[in-house]
Amino acid sequence: MSSCLSERSIDHVVLERGEVAHTWRTERWDSLRLLTPNWQSRLPGFSYIGDDPDGYRILTEVIAFIASYADAISAPVLTHTTVTTVRSTESGYLVRTDQGDWLCRAVVVASGACNVAHVPGFANKVPRSIMQLTAQEYRNPDQVADGGVLVVGASSSGTQIAQEIHHSGRTVILSVGEHIRAPRVYRGRDLQWWMDAAGVLGERYDEVDDIAKARRVPSLQLAGTPDRSTLDLNSLTEIGVKLVGRFGGISENGRAQFSGSLRNMCALSDLKMRRLLDRIDEWAQKKGFDAAVGPPYRLPPTHVEPAPPLGMDLTSGKIKAIIWATGYRPDYSWLEVPVLDRKGRIQHDGGVVSSPGMYLIGTQFLRRRKSGLIDGAGDDARDLSAHLMSYLDSRLA
Amino acid sequence: MAEASSSVNNGVNVAALIEAREAFTKAPAAAQFKWRAACEWKDGTHTHSTVEGFYGLGQEQHHKKTFTFDADHPEIFASEDKGATPIEYVLVGLASCLTAGIAAVAQYRNIQLRSVTATLEGDMDLQGILGVDDDVRNGFGGIKVTYKIDADAKREDIEALVAQSQKRSAVYDIVTNPTNVTVVVD
Repeated sequence: MSSCLSERSIDHVVLERGEVAHTWRTERWDSLRLLTPNWQSRLPGFSYIGDDPDGYRILTEVIAFIASYADAISAPVLTHTTVTTVRSTESGYLVRTDQGDWLCRAVVVASGACNVAHVPGFANKVPRSIMQLTAQEYRNPDQVADGGVLVVGASSSGTQIAQEIHHSGRTVILSVGEHIRAPRVYRGRDLQWWMDAAGVLGERYDEVDDIAKARRVPSLQLAGTPDRSTLDLNSLTEIGVKLVGRFGGISENGRAQFSGSLRNMCALSDLKMRRLLDRIDEWAQKKGFDAAVGPPYRLPPTHVEPAPPLGMDLTSGKIKAIIWATGYRPDYSWLEVPVLDRKGRIQHDGGVVSSPGMYLIGTQFLRRRKSGLIDGAGDDARDLSAHLMSYLDSRLA
Repeated sequence: MAEASSSVNNGVNVAALIEAREAFTKAPAAAQFKWRAACEWKDGTHTHSTVEGFYGLGQEQHHKKTFTFDADHPEIFASEDKGATPIEYVLVGLASCLTAGIAAVAQYRNIQLRSVTATLEGDMDLQGILGVDDDVRNGFGGIKVTYKIDADAKREDIEALVAQSQKRSAVYDIVTNPTNVTVVVD
């Protein structure tokens, strides 16, 4: 956004509570790799120039990439500046920070969708003897108590953490709710390549049937694996991770209760994956691309044992730690402009917030399916900076 | 979203369902419902239950008539078999909820159904309810639902209908997830 504003000669500052790429520096686990391939992180005027376009950046490379972009575009970043409140004024907005106040005509909210780890309410019933961590707090297996580990959540974070803890020699149980399975590589190409080429990622928010629903869809169960292998429930079962249903609650006597819906959760996920691959195959055929890649195939269905456990005694000492990979929520506690709906989400139309001169960027399916990816920022920023400019012009007229 | 001009007709008013969803999004209070049943002991294991009123859309509501249900146990349990067993009512509840859901999702997805039949089987080890073995639960060990569906759709789309119906089914949720139950004596 800063790059697009500069291009339009719109005077602005970027307020950052820590260093550039703060969240990547402070809120991610050590072994995390970006789930999109190197070539795909295309920012306005900036893209990958290395010899491993299909690789996935390790955490320090992601931080360096974002920091070098800030340098390359000479972004006017004020680091170590924490926004405390944003409120409306007659002429725009008053932004208070711990480093002084700013008056501005427009505000772009780019604080992200993953500020607070969401943990179910019954977590307070977990026996005190069990260590609890969120995916946001998790760094590496050394930090986790020795013994059995229950990982809750089977999207991208939960599956990666379950695999890593399993490899550290612990027994891992993975509680599986709604998730979307996806092969890392399909017909010889990265799934992200297919989704980009076939126009899936570029699909606009005003083209889909139900944008509210599309924005709630869990992110793909993808991991930036060094060997480009697929990390899914089958690969976890194969190494010995035990799958149980969605964690539904804890009974009075300290028993974890798992939903009997595991089979359907996996069926829904397999069906969604098949639909995505169908769409990719149709596109490949239509474009005459079939000869350039291997033939279509389907992954075997997710294996679910005949009677997965429905409960587990949390007081027996077998489970020493629970890791909640149950999603994130944005933190808008500093936002004192009445733009939130009853669920605490910012009301907006493709990033144009209901309060004039306020914009949102960097959230799931903001304007396009790729809006939550680094690769999605450019197109959204170009659109929103154009809107912002015409808003400023209209105010001057 | 279902097209208004669609010729698919499963007898489900999808427009009304979509309208209700939009109305509840704007006014969540109207979405708060209370479902009720009353039950009277007759004799032995025979009970007579009725369903008539419920609460929703901010006020008391009524069925068009009072529905009645007799429950009992079969003769091999030394009962008189004056009705289905309570656990069979659970199977009936699950089957009718999932099947109604299939019809609604099919309408929404423009799939014409010709026939839908389900057979259900729940495994139960009676050592649980009779207190023979504390390690055996009282309820079903598992439930198997088998659908036969004839519809204008590919097998994959039919499987997706059935999966989506489970995802949105109230009884499926009640059966698969814990629910707080409070029983008091007045």
